[in-house]
Amino acid sequence: MTTAVAFEEQIKATIAETLGMIAPEADLENLDPDADMRKVLDIDSFDFLNFLIGLNEALGVDIPEADYGKLVSQNDLIAYLQARM
Amino acid sequence: MAEFLMPSLGADMAAGTLHEWCVKPGDSVKRGDVIAEVETDKGVIDVEIWEDGVIDKLLVEPGTEVTVGAVMAHIHAAGEAAPPAESAPPVEKVKPPQVMEEEPHPADHRPLVSPEPATNGKRLRVSPLARKRAAELGVDLATLKGSGPGGAISMEDVEAAVTKAQPAAAERARISPVARKMAADLGVDPSTLAGTGPRGTISKVDIERAATGQATAKAPEPPAPAPPPPKPAAEPPAKKAPVDFQSGMRRAIAAAMAKSNREIPHYYLETHIDMTRALDWLEAENLKRSIKDRILPVVLLVKATAKALAAVPQLNGFWVDDELQMSEAIHIGFAVALRQGGLVTPAIHHADLKSLDELMADVRDVIMRTRAGRLRSSDLMDSTVTLTNLGDMGVEKVFGVIYPPQVALVGFGKVMEQPWAQNGMLGIRRVVIATVAGDHRATDGRTGGQFLDVLNRQLQEVETL
Repeated sequence: MTTAVAFEEQIKATIAETLGMIAPEADLENLDPDADMRKVLDIDSFDFLNFLIGLNEALGVDIPEADYGKLVSQNDLIAYLQARM
Repeated sequence: MAEFLMPSLGADMAAGTLHEWCVKPGDSVKRGDVIAEVETDKGVIDVEIWEDGVIDKLLVEPGTEVTVGAVMAHIHAAGEAAPPAESAPPVEKVKPPQVMEEEPHPADHRPLVSPEPATNGKRLRVSPLARKRAAELGVDLATLKGSGPGGAISMEDVEAAVTKAQPAAAERARISPVARKMAADLGVDPSTLAGTGPRGTISKVDIERAATGQATAKAPEPPAPAPPPPKPAAEPPAKKAPVDFQSGMRRAIAAAMAKSNREIPHYYLETHIDMTRALDWLEAENLKRSIKDRILPVVLLVKATAKALAAVPQLNGFWVDDELQMSEAIHIGFAVALRQGGLVTPAIHHADLKSLDELMADVRDVIMRTRAGRLRSSDLMDSTVTLTNLGDMGVEKVFGVIYPPQVALVGFGKVMEQPWAQNGMLGIRRVVIATVAGDHRATDGRTGGQFLDVLNRQLQEVETL
């Protein structure tokens, strides 16, 4: 159980770090984990692609283009990455 | 002998402030080399030179505002013999910031040197750049030994002295234009800060933190993800600075757009384009690629626009002296919104001649550099048309305002699933609305209609893009 929690924390930290490069002014601490990240943080398709490239490099998870639509909120993303790591 | 002039980095620019020279007299330069950094309403721009040669003389001091077209430096051709050095006494200079007056010896190519009364009675010979740098770095010129002609102290001598004393301070801090402006307004010295942005770039968050007494001291370890800036009950003083930067860009945009609406009789046309085949093709293509090599749909729109402009060249060019000047080259000004507000349209050069992969690389390059505040003069000088894609914002249709002296703006909205009737059948297709705003002085609606027709055909034959 503790490993699962630690794992989730690691993913969260990686997301925060990668998003921080793209939207440095974003207030990630107070980001609703179920909100549409792209809408809330004003991330366009170019930034979103870079975000996924950053996650791919950090975590080694390949994200096919067909799955982009499933990755709306931070919680979606965490679940998606957890299932594939 | 050639002259290097302050370039016009857009129709809305009247003057720019020299931020820094990247070369010194005697340096060889090649076409395309960045020789100066110029601060404009669009941030700090790396200004390139358009001929090979050797820098002869720098005529303008950093910090000086220079009008577009004013001479900033003299350059002689690489083969041309350097003008003979003279041992005449250095010419007295007035203090910057001023455009330095022409020297009485136009062929003089010695480093700029001016006398400085020193405490020990001897006169120090210090180049203006060195003096400025010394003031910035807090170096006492009297303690330095010059390595230049006649023992003159050069900028290198000043920097070497500082590097010896404290290696970290001599590193050139990367800092975003907003942050630089904010630092100046708030009296924060950016060189004392550790940046938390990409590659250690100092961002406005860093400046805000420094100003509110939470400076991140320069530390060897990589900075942790930035904590959110504090939210004091009172409005922090830092709030004012970004408004200032934006107001500069706002004014520039306001001037260009007011001129556009005042002078250009716009006509607007739109067409719905079935993107299903193009997007299916792109998805199949991207499936074969690693995530880093994937192509964004907007690249298809850039290429199709460029090819349609090649077929209908009347929309690609400038309205100058009551006349349409068509451009053979197709340089698409690609509208990039800045996160802090404002808009820049860097050029994607020769878009009609590039492959989709090359265009993706170009799109990536201009967006990254625009957002990092690292644009070059060539990005801003020669767009022949503008492309605005607001689909990411959920916009369905763009009504463009032409960027003078261009004669057209092409707009794209978001891709929408729509009922689509064709050949007596009804289906659901992915559709984008393409618009063109045309300058009615230069062309008529028929030309714009031809353009949209070719654009549509290009996107139906996506394999040939």
